[in-house]
Amino acid sequence: MCTLKCLAVCAAMLIAASDAASAQLPQFGQPIAPADIAPWDISIGPDGAGLPPGRGTVAQGEIIYAAKCQACHGEKGTGRPNDSLVGGTGSLGPDKVPVKTVGSYWPYATTLFDYIRRAMPFQESQSLSSDEVYAVSAYILHLNEIVGANDVLDAQSLPKVTMPNRDGFLLFPRNPK
Amino acid sequence: MVRKRINPASGDPAAGNGIVSRRVFLEGAFIAGAAGVSASGAMAEPLIVQPWMKVPGAGFAGYGQPSQFESKVVRVFPPPPNPATQGVGPARTPLHLLEGMITPSGLHFERSHSGIPDIDPDQHRLVVHGLVKRPLVFTIEALSRYPMQSHIAFIECAGNSQTLNAPKAQPLNVTAIHGMLGCQEWTGVRLSTLLDEAGVDRSARWVIAEGADSAAMSRSVPLAKAMDDALICLYQNGERVRPSNGYPVRLLLPGFEGNMNVKWLRQLKLVAAPIMARNETSKYTVLLKDEKAWQFVFPMEVKSVITRPSPGITLKGPGFYEISGLAWSGNGRIRQVDVSADGGKSWAPAVLQGPILPMAPVRFRAAWQWDGGPAVLQSRAIDDTGTVQPTRTQFAAERGLRGVYHYNAIASWRIDEKGEATNVYS
Repeated sequence: MCTLKCLAVCAAMLIAASDAASAQLPQFGQPIAPADIAPWDISIGPDGAGLPPGRGTVAQGEIIYAAKCQACHGEKGTGRPNDSLVGGTGSLGPDKVPVKTVGSYWPYATTLFDYIRRAMPFQESQSLSSDEVYAVSAYILHLNEIVGANDVLDAQSLPKVTMPNRDGFLLFPRNPK
Repeated sequence: MVRKRINPASGDPAAGNGIVSRRVFLEGAFIAGAAGVSASGAMAEPLIVQPWMKVPGAGFAGYGQPSQFESKVVRVFPPPPNPATQGVGPARTPLHLLEGMITPSGLHFERSHSGIPDIDPDQHRLVVHGLVKRPLVFTIEALSRYPMQSHIAFIECAGNSQTLNAPKAQPLNVTAIHGMLGCQEWTGVRLSTLLDEAGVDRSARWVIAEGADSAAMSRSVPLAKAMDDALICLYQNGERVRPSNGYPVRLLLPGFEGNMNVKWLRQLKLVAAPIMARNETSKYTVLLKDEKAWQFVFPMEVKSVITRPSPGITLKGPGFYEISGLAWSGNGRIRQVDVSADGGKSWAPAVLQGPILPMAPVRFRAAWQWDGGPAVLQSRAIDDTGTVQPTRTQFAAERGLRGVYHYNAIASWRIDEKGEATNVYS
């Protein structure tokens, strides 16, 4: 008897609790219009989704690079004191000492634009205009002999750039299902 | 209470070169003639009444600090290779000076990509958008109103222990090699709660998590993990998250490689495919023996390391020593840790100190009767998926030694006749 009575009381309490919960599901997020997110929405997909309007040439990029990038990445992207951006082609093979640069290792040119725009120059993140980011990207790709001296990069041409190590990656076989 | 006395002659051996039965811990037994008597046998000095007993002590302090005598217990970080880009790189947890499984908040390692931002929590925002029905913005005040959960979890940088890839063992200590590891009680809101509120579109498969540092550090996270045990952390060991660990809010993905646990979290964008960010393509990918590399290597696989004895902690003559260390797995709980004093020729199980939690380090302990001769100390962890920590040879056979990241092979400390420990390959 007691057990039955207890069960009935418990069941009644559970129903009351779930009613109360469904009535008061915490919802403290504030709606925001997509246009108001735009200043933060800077991720660029490998298909070019998210690339802004604008354009840049290798020649323009060379000037910007010398002024804003060279102090850390060396003349013509050769590196030191920070990462080298050129060279290392053919260094990934068996028993070789890998030199992982934009040219030898990065699988997508869109990543270059994304990263420069969000994080470079180191002392002044997000200070470059879209034209300048396209131009510096073009210059670095040209140093790696991936685009020609007269190529122009924009939202249409950048995702079409095929990086030498595009097919160099395998999914890790032991990720959780 | 009757204490069990272990045979003093044999020391109750469990494995070669002096590893003694773990019954010394489990049953409170002791080793007569080894543990009980000091090495010199000399009498102690007469006791005196210390000066700090004769005057009142100091008054109260708003925030407690360690003793002035513990000033050497600090994070370890090398000078930046380029002074213009300081704040890039790691500051390591001083594992050789710590005990237990929880890292003190101020000693939890940090790895930053563009320094530590000074964020006003009232002005910080977290936006959830992309493939959702309702893009939403959360203030820290709003996040603080949700029901919370705690998860005691390790975070380990994917680059931890990478110097053990080098062809020759470097003269480094446990902190320098393995110190990009920490464990906290992380408390916050389940990410699934926020994603449910925003209404995830059926086409979404990934979440781009992005920080509010000046690198706007970003990583693609599988939606399945985000909906499973991901936590939006506001607290670390009971207090607000420290700036170096992501104040005012960070992402926790229990068991996943460190940099995916995005600090200073400002944005979660739901997308159909990974964004191929810089830190999931050019970095944090594992170059294999051929020209291919593993990408999206999420879990930090089963691993252990002996923190004591270790380089810099000199043994004071033959006798009893506790071998103490940490074992952890990003795939679950630690099931067993074995220790060896003869470079892996023989093993004995260590005592695991509870609680044994998923994605949390376990402190293990073994009893060792050092005879004063050369020894090579190793530990080998097994997790509850049955995965055994590989030897360095097994590790290299699978992937080579060019991968930089996710090094988890068995580590070795050689003990010489002077009682000094050195990093070696064995």
